[in-house]
Amino acid sequence: MKGMSIIVKKVTQLVSGLMFLYGIYIITHGHLTPGGGFAGGAILAGSFILLVLAFGSDLLKLKKREEGSSVVESLAIFAFLILGVMALFIGTHVFFKNYLPAGTVGNLISAGVIPLYNIFVGIEVGAALFTIFLALAIFKEEVLE
Amino acid sequence: MSTLVTLFVILPLATAFLIPVIGRVINGFQRTITALIFLFLSILSVYILINVNPHIYTYKIGGWEPVNGIPIAIYFVLDGLSTFMLVVINLIGAFAALYSIPYIKRFTAENNYYALLCLMVGGMNGVVLTGDLFNLYVFLEIAVIASYALVAFGVEREELEASFKYQILGGIASILILFGIGMLYWNTKSLNIADVSDILKNTENNKAYLVFTQVFLITGFGLKAALFPFHAWLPDAHSSAPAPVSTMLSGVLIKVVGIYSITRLFFNMFEISVEVSTIIIVLGVISMVFGVFLAVGQWDIKRLLAYHSNSQMGYVIIGLGMGMLILANNGSKPVAALSIFGGLFHLINHAVFKGLLFLNAGAIEFKTGTRNLKEMGGLSESMPLTYSTSLGASLAISGIPPFNGFFSKLIIILAAIKGHFYLLAFLAVLVSIITLASFMKFQKFSFFNKANLSPGRKINEVPFFMCFSMVALAILCLGLSLLIFPGVREIIIDPAVDVLMNTGSYFSAIME
Repeated sequence: MKGMSIIVKKVTQLVSGLMFLYGIYIITHGHLTPGGGFAGGAILAGSFILLVLAFGSDLLKLKKREEGSSVVESLAIFAFLILGVMALFIGTHVFFKNYLPAGTVGNLISAGVIPLYNIFVGIEVGAALFTIFLALAIFKEEVLE
Repeated sequence: MSTLVTLFVILPLATAFLIPVIGRVINGFQRTITALIFLFLSILSVYILINVNPHIYTYKIGGWEPVNGIPIAIYFVLDGLSTFMLVVINLIGAFAALYSIPYIKRFTAENNYYALLCLMVGGMNGVVLTGDLFNLYVFLEIAVIASYALVAFGVEREELEASFKYQILGGIASILILFGIGMLYWNTKSLNIADVSDILKNTENNKAYLVFTQVFLITGFGLKAALFPFHAWLPDAHSSAPAPVSTMLSGVLIKVVGIYSITRLFFNMFEISVEVSTIIIVLGVISMVFGVFLAVGQWDIKRLLAYHSNSQMGYVIIGLGMGMLILANNGSKPVAALSIFGGLFHLINHAVFKGLLFLNAGAIEFKTGTRNLKEMGGLSESMPLTYSTSLGASLAISGIPPFNGFFSKLIIILAAIKGHFYLLAFLAVLVSIITLASFMKFQKFSFFNKANLSPGRKINEVPFFMCFSMVALAILCLGLSLLIFPGVREIIIDPAVDVLMNTGSYFSAIME
C-alpha cells in the first residue's frame, strides 16, 4: 500500500493525535456523557486507520500489526470477562455485580466498575475495528495486486 | 448451586478469548482446552439434570432486585426445558470437539476454528438459559454469527457461496426477530419473558398487533430453524461446513435458536392459541414431507443428510405443535403431554443420530476425499467402525426397533392417533418409510457396492478420536431408547414436558 502526498501526511500527523485523545475522552467519560466504550473505541480505531492510510505500509508490516492488534483485542475482551467474573468472588457473589464503591454522581471516578468496563470495551472495539481494516488491507495487497 | 449456572456462559466465552492469545504460543492448547471445557460442561449439565431438576432456579445478573415487582436485572432461568437443552448442546459439543482434534489438522487457522466453536456453544448456552428477550437476541446473534464464519471455514468457492446465502437469510431472520421483540417492548414496556407474559395476560391488548408480532417471530425463528418455506439455506450451509461443524449446526443450532425459541416464546410467553399452533403444525408437516422427497434424490452424502434434518425437524415441530393445539382446544391433557414428550424425545434423538451421521460422512470424506455417493463403495471392509456406527445411526433415523428413533416416532404417531390427527399419523409413517429407502441407498452406495475409487488409494480406518466420538454417539443411539421407560423418563424429559404443559407456571416460578 503506497502512502499519500506530503500535505495529507502532515495533516494526518496533526489530526490523528487529537483524534486519539478525543477517543480516550469519550471512553473515560462514558458513564457521565453520551458515548462510552463502543463509540470511543471506534474513534480510536479511526485514528490508527488514518495513519495507515496516509503513510502506507508494506505487507510484512501490515501482517505484524494485525497480529498485535488481534492479540490486544482478545486480551481486552478477556479482561472484561474477568472483571465480570471477579464479582463472583467479592461481596455478594453475583455475576456482573458492581462491587466497587459508587462515589458521588458526576465525578470522573464514580459509578464503580462501569468506567473500567468502558475502558476495556473501548480497547476491544478499537482493536477489533483496526484488525478488520488491516485484514481487508492485507487481502487487497495479497490477492488484488 | 446457582452460581454454577453462569459457568455455562463464562467458560466457553473465556476459552474463546484465550485461544487466540495462548494458542499462538503453545501448540495443542486450543484442541485440548476446548474438548476439556465441553466435557466438563456436559458432565455439569448431566449432574444438574439428575440432581436438581424439579426446581426452577433464577439468577439475577448484577444482583439487581425487582423494584415494585418490575424486574430490572437480566434473568438466567434454569428450568426443566433449559436443563434438557443444555445437556443436548454440551454433549454433542463435546463429541464434536473431540472429533475435530484429528479432523481440523488439515486446515490452517486451527485457533480461529476452536475460538469460533467455543463462541457458538457459549451463545447457544446463553440462548437456552436467558429469561430476557433482548438478551436472547444477543446470544442468538453470537451463536449464529460464529456459525456463518464456521460454514465458510474451507474458503473454497462452494463454502463461500453457502455462507453468503446463509448470512443473507440469517440476517433477514435476525431483523424480523429484532422487530418482533421491539414491537413487544413497545407495547408491554418490558423485556423479561415472564413479565411480558403477565402483562399480555392481564391487559386488554389490541389483537391485531399481537398477531402481527407473532407472525414476525414465527417467520424469524422459522428461518433459523429452516422450516420448509424458509429452508433454502440449510442444505448448502450444512453440507459445505467441516463435518464437526455440520454436526453442531444440524444437531444443535437449528434446534436451539429455532425450535427452542419458538417453544419457549409460544408456550410460556404468548397465550397459546389455535391459530398459531395450526400454523406451526402446517409448517412442520410441509417440512417433514417435502424434506424427505428432496432428500431421496441427492447423491451428495452431506446434502442428503441436510435435507433429512429438514424432514426430521418436521417430526419435532409436529409433536410440539400437536401438544399446543390440544392444549389450546382444552383437549385431553395426557395426550398433549404424550405429544410434547414425543417431540422433545425426537429432538434429543435427532441430535444424536444426525450428529453421528454427519461425523460418519466427515470420516468418509476424510479418507476418500469425495462426498459423491457414485464415486465411493466397498468401504465396509476398509472402515469397519465407520460402517457399523453409520449403520446404527441409519437404522435409528429410519425408525427400526431397538434404536431410539423408533420409539420417539412411535410416540409421535401414537399421540397423533389419540388426538385424532389421522392424516398426520399416516404422513409420519409414510415419511419414515421413505427415510428408510434413502438410507438404504446411502448404505448400499457407500459401504457395499464394488469399490469405485480411483485406484492406488489406500483406505483405512480414521484416527482414534474420530472413532471414539462416533462409537460413543452410536452407543447413545441405543442407550437413549431407555428414555421410553417411565423411571428414566421421569428424571430426564418429564420436567421439560411439565414446563410446557403448565404454561402459566413459568411466570409464577420466576416472579414469585
